[in-house]
Amino acid sequence: MPFLPVILWSDVLIWLLLLAAILLGWLSARNPLWRTAWQRVGRSRAGMASATLLLAFAVVGLLDSLHYRPRLTVDGGQEAPAQPATYAVEVLSLLDALLTPLRTRNEKTYSEPLATRAHAKETIEVRGSDGRLQQTRDHPRLRYGGAHLGADEEQRDADVAGRVLQALGLALLAWAAVAVAVCGGVARAQASGWRQAWRRLWRSGGDFAWSAVLCALAALLLLAMPVALLATDYHVFGTDKVGQDVLYQVLKSVRTALVIGLVTTLVMLPLSVLLGVLAGYFRGWVDDIIQYLYTTLSSIPGVLLIAAAVLMMQVLIDTHPQWFATAAERADLRLLALCFILGVTSWTGLCRLLRGETLKLRELEYIQAAQAFGVSSLRIIGRHIVPNLMHIVIIALVMDFSSLVLAEAVLSYVGIGVDPTMISFGTMINNARLELAREPMVWWSLSAAFFFMFSLVLAANLFADAVRDAFDPRLAGSP
Amino acid sequence: MLAYIIRRLLYALPILIGVNLITFALFFVVNTPDDMARMQLGVKRVTPEAIDRWKAERGYDKPLFFNAEAGGGAALTETIFFSKSARMFVGDFGRAEDGRDIAREIVSRMGPSLAIALPTFIIGLLVSVSFALLLTFFRATYLDFWGVVLCVAMMSISGLFYIIGGQYLVSKLWKLVPISGYGGGLDAWKFVILPVLIGVVSGIGSSTRWYRTIFIEEIARDYVRTARAKGLAEAAVLFRHVLRNALIPILTGVVVVIPLLFMGSLLTESFFGIPGLGSYTIDAINAQDFAVVRAMVFIGSLLYIVGLILTDLSYTFVDPRIRFN
Amino acid sequence: MSALQSRHGEELLAVRQLRVAFAHGRSLLPAVDGIELRLAAGETLALLGESGCGKSATALALLRLLPAAGRIVTGEVLFGGRDLMRLPESEMRAVRGGGMAMIFQEPATSLNPVLTVGRQLAEVLARHRALSGAAAQATALELLVAVGIADAPRRLGEYPFQLSGGMKQRVMIAMALAGEPRLLIADEPTTALDVTIQAQILELLRRLQAERAMGMLLITHDLGVVAQMATRVGVMYAGEIVEEAPRAAFFAAPRHPYAQKLFAALPDLARRGGQLQTIPGQVPSLSAMPAGCRFAARCEHAWELCRQQSPQWRQVAVNHRVRCHLDDGLVSRGRDGGSITAAGEALAVVAVAPALLAVDDLRVHFPIRRGILQRIVGQVRAVDGVSLALARGRTLALVGESGCGKTTVGKAILQLLPASGGRVRLLGEQLGSGARSPRRALRRHMQMIFQDPFASLNPRLSVGEIIAEGMRALAVGGPAAGRRATNAAAVAAVLQQVGLPAEAAGRYPHEFSGGQRQRIAIARALAVQPDLVICDEPTSALDVSVQAQILNLLATLQGELGLAYLFITHNFAVVDHLAHEVAVMYLGRIVEHGLVDEVLRSPRHPYTRALLSAVPSPRLDATSGFIRLPGEIPSPAAPPAGCHFHPRCRQASELCRQKYPPPSRLSATHAVHCHLYPPAGERD
Repeated sequence: MPFLPVILWSDVLIWLLLLAAILLGWLSARNPLWRTAWQRVGRSRAGMASATLLLAFAVVGLLDSLHYRPRLTVDGGQEAPAQPATYAVEVLSLLDALLTPLRTRNEKTYSEPLATRAHAKETIEVRGSDGRLQQTRDHPRLRYGGAHLGADEEQRDADVAGRVLQALGLALLAWAAVAVAVCGGVARAQASGWRQAWRRLWRSGGDFAWSAVLCALAALLLLAMPVALLATDYHVFGTDKVGQDVLYQVLKSVRTALVIGLVTTLVMLPLSVLLGVLAGYFRGWVDDIIQYLYTTLSSIPGVLLIAAAVLMMQVLIDTHPQWFATAAERADLRLLALCFILGVTSWTGLCRLLRGETLKLRELEYIQAAQAFGVSSLRIIGRHIVPNLMHIVIIALVMDFSSLVLAEAVLSYVGIGVDPTMISFGTMINNARLELAREPMVWWSLSAAFFFMFSLVLAANLFADAVRDAFDPRLAGSP
Repeated sequence: MLAYIIRRLLYALPILIGVNLITFALFFVVNTPDDMARMQLGVKRVTPEAIDRWKAERGYDKPLFFNAEAGGGAALTETIFFSKSARMFVGDFGRAEDGRDIAREIVSRMGPSLAIALPTFIIGLLVSVSFALLLTFFRATYLDFWGVVLCVAMMSISGLFYIIGGQYLVSKLWKLVPISGYGGGLDAWKFVILPVLIGVVSGIGSSTRWYRTIFIEEIARDYVRTARAKGLAEAAVLFRHVLRNALIPILTGVVVVIPLLFMGSLLTESFFGIPGLGSYTIDAINAQDFAVVRAMVFIGSLLYIVGLILTDLSYTFVDPRIRFN
Repeated sequence: MSALQSRHGEELLAVRQLRVAFAHGRSLLPAVDGIELRLAAGETLALLGESGCGKSATALALLRLLPAAGRIVTGEVLFGGRDLMRLPESEMRAVRGGGMAMIFQEPATSLNPVLTVGRQLAEVLARHRALSGAAAQATALELLVAVGIADAPRRLGEYPFQLSGGMKQRVMIAMALAGEPRLLIADEPTTALDVTIQAQILELLRRLQAERAMGMLLITHDLGVVAQMATRVGVMYAGEIVEEAPRAAFFAAPRHPYAQKLFAALPDLARRGGQLQTIPGQVPSLSAMPAGCRFAARCEHAWELCRQQSPQWRQVAVNHRVRCHLDDGLVSRGRDGGSITAAGEALAVVAVAPALLAVDDLRVHFPIRRGILQRIVGQVRAVDGVSLALARGRTLALVGESGCGKTTVGKAILQLLPASGGRVRLLGEQLGSGARSPRRALRRHMQMIFQDPFASLNPRLSVGEIIAEGMRALAVGGPAAGRRATNAAAVAAVLQQVGLPAEAAGRYPHEFSGGQRQRIAIARALAVQPDLVICDEPTSALDVSVQAQILNLLATLQGELGLAYLFITHNFAVVDHLAHEVAVMYLGRIVEHGLVDEVLRSPRHPYTRALLSAVPSPRLDATSGFIRLPGEIPSPAAPPAGCHFHPRCRQASELCRQKYPPPSRLSATHAVHCHLYPPAGERD
């Protein structure tokens, strides 16, 4: 086999989450109340535009969640058939494979976006016209950035412009293809002509905010396509201190952010739903114990509890190096542990909310009707209470995502976040924060992290708003 | 009323004990003192003797809960739990890695923390409530719509960027105030003003949006319609009726953090080099100084519980229904 | 402007072609469609209609106080010679509270909870009469005295939550009067109040109106209130006024088929035990108004023209006009009462059958905890020694005002609340004791129907699942094998029994109207074939026409299945129509108990008498011997010593203050707890 699949724990959880999302979609399609709620989300323009963006992030994250170890080849590509296969220590993902040029073309140190020369001057030896080596201080030529131009560096601007134009054209073509497909779909669904369907797409107040999706897609393609074309020969966002491509780093950060934002809820959810419902339904001593538990946990300032737990876990990891086959596995475990700790520290809010709601629900007459039939408590919880709490859970999930992504950056900065070797927005900011003070300033790393993180969190926030508006029974009635 | 406060205080005790047990479990049961010693000493210097000496210096050489060797009451007191965890209840936090008394350090660092956190809190609250009132007054107009969009955008930016960007603009580019540091006396304002400004700006987005939601919810109530039916102007309705009622839910979220202001802000203090409790905590985390982290956890929860009690008390000032019951 | 004293008869308000719509998504749904109103000083115009007919939207539109989604599409509102719809907002504010004041339905939520009564009053005085300081204080005090609040100086400094419901409504009225308005709009001012308090408030409104020669626009759904208060009546249906008449003419002979149906659907003694007339179908929804007469689809006289053309106003007598295509001859009264049956005699038969349910000295107490250790310092005696018996096929009505513990009795019998004492026996077996399984077996013999049809069905389950739940839990319908099929058949059968199509099983509760939901709730209870059904105010959330449908259904089911009903209600008309026996509750105890005729026709307990006299009757000939009850119901945590009722009783003696009266038997079936009627032994 040319590679050895590596299944990291976080990969398993990510794909499980995808399954769960599909399951939720299936269940929602069957229940009319949920279906209408999701249809309301579908009608929200901001919600659908942000969902398109989130989907793009999710694709990047999922590609980055299929890991393998490539087979080591001997003698420049010739495999030695007799020997047992050996695999690289380095764990790669499908995304890494796609981004191989970005991943491997490392410069020596900083370089500006789209630069052909390094950011800092160095002493370089140049063979002068007289044939002697001369030492001069200048920006050295980059090994990969714009290497295809050869000595013709002045051609860079023209080359870049040409590529951008070409990319814009491609983007428009791709967008047109999607738009035509959507229009065809709508035309068939409505059994109407293309012209009508096209007008319907752009009219406000339709069944689904296709216009927002198409607009978001257009913006996405117009931005991503030039970057993609340029990235084959340039460092579009420059390189960092050790010469690594910044574009590669921000793309890798996406998965970390998604894992933190989503896997944490996997930890948080069972705890808060189970305990919140039990406390609210049974009241009495069960309620007392659960309330004590969450008051105690929430009374410890979150950052400190996380700090203490992460410190302790770091000791555990450091004293048991034999547990991990690769560095990636170690970093992955630390990531999961961070998710776990974040989950343990953040379940209390949702739990309190669900407890209060259950207290209200259990007084409702349909619960009393069920009790009058002698329906068992467990069945009442399963059939009557939990389904009527799900909208709160869904709202809490989407609302928590963005705050968790933001928290990761802060925690990584404080030094209690992800493993320092793992690329994340937090580690990127942490590494880049002193660069603004350099003369001349190094701004691209920080800006790239800012731009990507901002768009991810903003999209998540807007989507969360749309979901909340659609699912909150108090708001759902209003247009 | 007094009975109520006493009851709340009595209820705080088991919570503090719970916090204490959790931290104890985290620091001494998940990892043994031996592990910590190995970590602190570094790989090169780990020898059994070095570990024993490290533990003895810091009092980690005792049994966890029960000392069979000591007799009588000492069997319980000569233990790690008693000396390291139970003594925190009387304000004895032990010594940090550098040998300084943690309790004294905490007292001396509260001032700078408060100098940043308190103005941030007060100004932030006033500004956010005013903006929220403004948006509520102009609800369902373009001003409101774009105001909310701006809030969402502002809350989508990581706090780190606010600090980095603010420092860069104000201190480096415009050279208005020193980039970091702290001084006592009258000069302190120079060092305080930027962190406070950044703290206020970074918090505006989420809190304005939250307060606006509360105001909008309140404005749909029946008594607001009554007030309008009296012929009151919209501003009078907003300030006299809605604001008073909206204060109740706002208080729940706000009063509880007041005592925690003593703890300072981790990020702001470390970025601006302010010698407060926040930077103390960060330094301790980076130096893996367990004694300090333990102490900060304990103090943090203590302050949180004080905040909960203050929240309950503050209700009685704002809500007559609770005051008279 | 309030200085202008209005004279009687002078026209105050004229509304022309008022149209109000609500924005829903991107469309406008009309709620009020071109209504015309005139109101003179000193006159009371009652706007009568069922929920959703647009009467409240009309009132709010007059003051331009519609909620955010509401729009005034067209219309002229002439008030004091000016068109209010054209006034700038600042001038309109002077009209609100100054020229026109409004009282709302829910006194509990309509007052600002965090401001004192005095401040809320002073606000109006400052705004409209430029009074402040001591002058305002004195005027506020005067106003509180005028609306009959005892201990007014103390109340000025109190907060709304410290006042009872009736007092809050009095404060609302005082606030409305503070600006000396010439027109008072009262939007269901007594709907949220108990019947004795309602009588007090209505009396107060009548007196104040007469004193101040105000015009009053009274919005209500209650024909009884209209009969007591109105000078003229306007009947609203689906956003239109369909009939307008002076009170006497209206109650003597309503002309519009809808108004006639409303009268016919009212339960009362005349149609006792028989079927009530119902209005088939429902009010058309806002989004699908028919082009012709809006009532055509539900009208039994409707003909071609009704469905095509909206009828114009037609004068039928002086000041009496109606919007209907039917000729005078066709529309005549006297259809109601046609279904009077001989039920009266059947009901009079005294039950001799063995009791299905026997409740003996039932007590439900809730502890009050106080202090540092949360010690129990007292008990709320929600139910304090209730005994009753009920036989198969009979209906016992448990009547009382809110907070008297009647619902708690029902829940304690069903074991939804733990009883603190006493015994409940069903079919001779004691409930609430012994092993779980026999209790479970007994459960299927009794079921409950709840008050709120919207809260009593789980929105996430289909109707079929809701009905099948009880069958599954109580294993009705045989063993597990093949249960799914039999269950489906059983669900269909029971749906048919309550008058719903079998296809309803696959649909969800939100697709049904209030009345249909109550049918589903009845089907759920019937599915386990109970012997006893506890009905907790099953019709109080429904409109009169729908209420009649549900009462008819309950009566039919009783006849077919021999069900026993414990009917918990505050509505005497319903009691009169449906019940065989009545028990009147006051502060957790039954004060009078007997057959319907005994209790309603010759009530003995002063409380029962006062209650009955307070019910506004929807007739003109009603005797107006209203017995005024001072004060309100005391807290069940601290009931008065002796007879609980003595602080409010005019006939109370020293004995009443000391000793709770023992039961006095007035006949074999009629018993009362009152010292006015000493037990037989002592009387001799």
